Amino acid sequence: MNVAVFIFFGLLCLGGALNLLLQRHPINSALSLIVVMSSLAVLYLLLGAEFLALAQIIVYSGAIMVLFVFVIMLLNAGEEDRTHGSRAAYFAGIPGVLALFTVLASTFFTLRISFGGTRLGSFLVTTSDLSRVLFRDLLLPFEVTSVLILVAILGAVVLARKEN
Amino acid sequence: MTVPIVWYLILSAALFCIGVCAFLIKRNIITIFMSIELMLNGVNLAFVTFANHWHQVSGQIFVFFVMVVAAAEAAIGLAIIISLFRSRNTLNVDQIDLMKL
Repeated sequence: MNVAVFIFFGLLCLGGALNLLLQRHPINSALSLIVVMSSLAVLYLLLGAEFLALAQIIVYSGAIMVLFVFVIMLLNAGEEDRTHGSRAAYFAGIPGVLALFTVLASTFFTLRISFGGTRLGSFLVTTSDLSRVLFRDLLLPFEVTSVLILVAILGAVVLARKEN
Repeated sequence: MTVPIVWYLILSAALFCIGVCAFLIKRNIITIFMSIELMLNGVNLAFVTFANHWHQVSGQIFVFFVMVVAAAEAAIGLAIIISLFRSRNTLNVDQIDLMKL
């Protein structure tokens, strides 16, 4: 059952990502990104990260993607123009990405025996485990991120303000 | 029946590479921004997978911080896109090649 769930949601994930690449209208790309993020949340659950699965749905496919969809509708973004794009991207970028993927996949493939397998429940991080580390060992970084969020809010207000 | 760890890692590599491809090919600045989010998600999956494999919580802590930074980045980036659209009236990156607003 583990394998079936993984294959279903993994394929959904890959399909959504490819759909993001192939669609020309930004709203379609945004919706397929929501599919990717929601199916990643299921994969997180399968890996025993219950807090992150919920945070993924609430923060990523909830808050961030709603922000994206709002901006797409606000700016009334239509279909992409078909332009040539940069030549460097086509002649160096795409082969480079393919090479990167080949190297990564072949490295992982040669390590497949030593990595072994996992199944649901083999390692479960509860929210209390996570918060124990976060609020005891890593309290300072956690507080620094709150400052970062504050700066981001102020920056967003200043940048999006209409200048007179 | 167990799922090989490597499948998760290959999926995360594939998501990252699709994100890089979309970053290079797409011409709409909002879609380019979304492909950055896709790359972050691919890396997050690798972090959670390694956390599962080595039975360490710190991998998941990393993902938590990446999510926080991604939320801040999305707010700032979309604000920049809005102000860019106000001054240029376009979202095509070919026509947005000056840093000056």
